[in-house]
Amino acid sequence: MMHELTSFFDLVRSVDPAVLPRTDGAELSPHGTTIVAADFAGGVVMAGDRRATMGTIIAQRDIEKVFGADEVSVIGIAGAAGLAVELVRLFQTELLHYEKVEQIALSLDGKANRLGSLVRANLSMAMQGMAVVPIFAGWDDTCDVGRIFSYDATGGHYEESGFHAIGSGAAFARGSLKKTHHPGMTAEAAVASAIRALYDAADDDAATGGPDLARQIFPVVLTASVDGVRQLPTDEVARITEQVLEAM
Amino acid sequence: MSLYVSPDQLMSDRAEFARKGIAKGRSVVVASCAEGVVFIAENPSPLLHKVSEIYDRIGFAAVGRYAEFESLRISGIQYADLRGYTYDRRDVTARGLANQYARTLSAAFAASSDKPFEVELAVAGLGFEPETDELFTISFDGTVSDHRTACVLGARTESISTGLTGLQVDMDLRTTIASIRSLLDSGTPVEVALLDRHSARTRCFRRLDLSAMGEGES
Repeated sequence: MMHELTSFFDLVRSVDPAVLPRTDGAELSPHGTTIVAADFAGGVVMAGDRRATMGTIIAQRDIEKVFGADEVSVIGIAGAAGLAVELVRLFQTELLHYEKVEQIALSLDGKANRLGSLVRANLSMAMQGMAVVPIFAGWDDTCDVGRIFSYDATGGHYEESGFHAIGSGAAFARGSLKKTHHPGMTAEAAVASAIRALYDAADDDAATGGPDLARQIFPVVLTASVDGVRQLPTDEVARITEQVLEAM
Repeated sequence: MSLYVSPDQLMSDRAEFARKGIAKGRSVVVASCAEGVVFIAENPSPLLHKVSEIYDRIGFAAVGRYAEFESLRISGIQYADLRGYTYDRRDVTARGLANQYARTLSAAFAASSDKPFEVELAVAGLGFEPETDELFTISFDGTVSDHRTACVLGARTESISTGLTGLQVDMDLRTTIASIRSLLDSGTPVEVALLDRHSARTRCFRRLDLSAMGEGES
């Protein structure tokens, strides 16, 4: 009863469960693929490619898979695009609802735990088939660092040190980050390293899209730092992408 | 054995009961100005708020019993978040919320088994222009009123609203705050918040620190 006051998810579940995301049929939705997260001195960056596929068809070239969860944290979801967008919206509302009711925001660990229970309640079936996998990162103002959390199908979450990648191109992206990411690097270097990782994932994974210079479609890049969440404007991502490509 | 009480007598007793509870309270003023909608509440407590955020462009103010308006505040947030999640963020309106509150308060007032709410609420919706701001007050019996420029809740409403007639929607924030404060009890600390018309964020509600604005003492 008391929990319904602070949790939007529990409120919806009790009054109108039909509007919650449903996992059945997730395999029919277009799939989004690689998302990377990496920390830097003073924050954390998360970047996602723009491709969504349905089987061998490219369903969308400019899909967005990385979002601000609130003003200090970001969430990315690889897998069935429709379900991913719904889960992000539910999570954003959950955080904001808590903050308005309690008149104070959840701690970063509290948010990561909450996402774990949403995953457990909604996604365990879908995640077993790897249909949807979230990654969460944010600025922790109690210890002044950027932190990254990954999830499994049980809703269990693990704090990743340095960097992490999810989705079909994750193995290639992680291999790339392992070489280019260094603890304490600058924000711009971390963004370049994340873009490089997405490029490497797209190089070897058909379901991940590389930067599309002809159409001017570049990865979505968000940072979370002491100044809050910031989505890098397209021209800034384009400039860093060009530098990454030139350096190869 | 039950005694007969006429419905007239019953309702006026209930109204009298609620009114006494509210008039003991302090005053809250909500007003439109160039920068947005400003809320000023006489409130000695820095932690127990009378003014709060409900949604992106909707604010809430209340007087009366804290426990009662706190639960109404939470039910307002639930209404707004549920509606915004089911439809879209733009589909959450101050008018819809005011009507929802009116329904709750009038039902409690009419139900003879319940005690009427001893609260008075204000709901403000921020417009893109001062002329499109929406200000509503909802009284203990569920009566809704809409207001141009400004409204007042709580104690001494008569004298304060006379003073509020001088406000204009295109006045700047500083002037608006100063003229409202001149009408309130100068010995009580005030809680001030703004629905910021020029906010770059989706959430336009923010609390203001008057001492930081150089208007701590007046």
